[in-house]
Amino acid sequence: MTPRRLTADQIILIAVWVALLTVPLWIGGVGGYIALASRVVVLGLAAMSINFLLGFTGYMSFGHAAFFGLGAYGAGFTLKLLAANTLLSLLLGTLLGGVLGALLGLLIVRRRGVYFAMVTIAFGQVFYFLAYRWNGLTGGDDGLRGFTRAPLHLGPITIDILNNAEAFYYFVLACFAVATGIMGLLLRSPFGHTLLAIRENEQRARFLGIPIERHVWASFSLSCFFMSFAGALYALLNNFADPSNLYYVMSGNIVIMAVLGGIRAFWGPLIGAAVFVVLQDYLSSITTNWMSFVGLLFVLVVLFFPRGLLGFVRARGPQHDTVAG
Amino acid sequence: MTTLLLFNVTNGLIIGAFYVLMALGLSLILNLSGVINFAHGGFLTLGGYIAFALSFHIGFWGALVVAPFVVAAIGILVERTMIRRLYGRDPLYSLLLTFGLAFILEDGSRWYWGPQGLPVTVPGFLAQPLSSSLFFITGYRLFMVAVAAAVIVALFFFLRYTRLGLRIRAGTLDLETVSSLGVNVRFLRSFNFGLGIFLAGLSGVLAGGQLGLIPTMGTTLLMPSFIAIIVGGVGSLPGTLVGGLLIGVAAGVTTVFWPSASEAVMYVLMAVVLLVRPRGLFGEEGMLT
Repeated sequence: MTPRRLTADQIILIAVWVALLTVPLWIGGVGGYIALASRVVVLGLAAMSINFLLGFTGYMSFGHAAFFGLGAYGAGFTLKLLAANTLLSLLLGTLLGGVLGALLGLLIVRRRGVYFAMVTIAFGQVFYFLAYRWNGLTGGDDGLRGFTRAPLHLGPITIDILNNAEAFYYFVLACFAVATGIMGLLLRSPFGHTLLAIRENEQRARFLGIPIERHVWASFSLSCFFMSFAGALYALLNNFADPSNLYYVMSGNIVIMAVLGGIRAFWGPLIGAAVFVVLQDYLSSITTNWMSFVGLLFVLVVLFFPRGLLGFVRARGPQHDTVAG
Repeated sequence: MTTLLLFNVTNGLIIGAFYVLMALGLSLILNLSGVINFAHGGFLTLGGYIAFALSFHIGFWGALVVAPFVVAAIGILVERTMIRRLYGRDPLYSLLLTFGLAFILEDGSRWYWGPQGLPVTVPGFLAQPLSSSLFFITGYRLFMVAVAAAVIVALFFFLRYTRLGLRIRAGTLDLETVSSLGVNVRFLRSFNFGLGIFLAGLSGVLAGGQLGLIPTMGTTLLMPSFIAIIVGGVGSLPGTLVGGLLIGVAAGVTTVFWPSASEAVMYVLMAVVLLVRPRGLFGEEGMLT
């Protein structure tokens, strides 16, 4: 009996999960710490969420940080004002960003290409200014403080995810598994294949009778829901939410994570987030000019590494004008 | 109340003039090359600081004239070495590249010139208020608006009546045809990029004289310029002009009644335009949409 050959995708899937599940065993050995790993997983989920739209539907949003931040504030408000219930805060945070994203999606879904990107940036900034200006509710520039994630009560068992960093890591990982599982199933469904068809050739898809706007709207809304779920987790991770979570620079950072890892690969954005977060953590500890280095990373990735780390899957060919230039 | 309103409308027009200068440059580059230049604000900041550095050697007037050209030259260098490689690729990549450049320009200015604001001295006769009742209309403010207006008029004349301007406009509509008619598209795009950056540099110099210099000055002007383009209609330069003035005045008037909503009103305006007339006030259907 010959052993079954594993495909490249399956090898990556197994490698990713083995690495994620064993983090507490090796993270100290490579000079990291467990909260950094939680950060990687949360921002990895954010990058995968934006990639649902960017890599698998072919629409680039540069305002997704708004939904990330809305999720964060939603979770923070729940814990601070409603109840000390972690799961409820995740649910309400996700709903806040997701529902607002779906409503906004109705307004922008007819835009294309660079115009779509510009409109998403501009609308994203609306929520940034709300968080920044609405001092009474959000704490303004100082951010939303005064809440902490609550221990989990699962029947008779109580898990202290507040003080036990390892327990919280595994909680985040469980959330990550659920979200990416749903994402994977969606992409394998006929709906997901339709999104790929739109990405590959929107005009042809339209001629096949596919309602393009409805699908793009659904993809946009779903990615907003995933994004605000990631944002809610981020608030739990930091016990804090601030306006920079919604700022367009955050959107740019999340997009570059996705591109760095490879937007055509399902797990690419997670890999990109790992590299970006570790690099940023390291750079900000050695230099105050880390912003320049992050900028340099953007430039280098675009010029020399546009397909990303997992980009061997397939290159994105020229789609727009082919004029020599 | 009337004075306050007048004060803020004037302010709105002045800030609107900056939005217009900035947004026209962005529009030129976007229309011809399909690049959203996120680094536009960074070039504006650079313009202000370069003028500041030059003014010690060649004075305010010399710096005002020379600095925008220096910035434009840097812009062309950036276009030739980096942005050019991304034409014809997914616009995602040029967006990310200029995003990174914006970081580098802002952080570079902070590193070289420091995070604190630097004052720019304008010639004494321009700093005086023109009359005591309309204290807010200083000579410098009038001067800024006059320069901005002159440059905008010159730009429209250039695009309308010169061969190069005609080619830029034609290229906006159909670059492939323009290329096949024997026009050097590489040069056209470089020149056009430089022209856009020149406008950013000039706004930087003018803004520095009014507001002083801080490393984030360009970034704060970038987002309103985007909105100006969207409100006016992507692809239309007159639209960008109207859009910029409109959001400037809207923000100015809102400051009188509800100061903390002065940013929000621009976005409200944008949302309304997108709802009622998705292509923007002067946009043409199908243009980059």
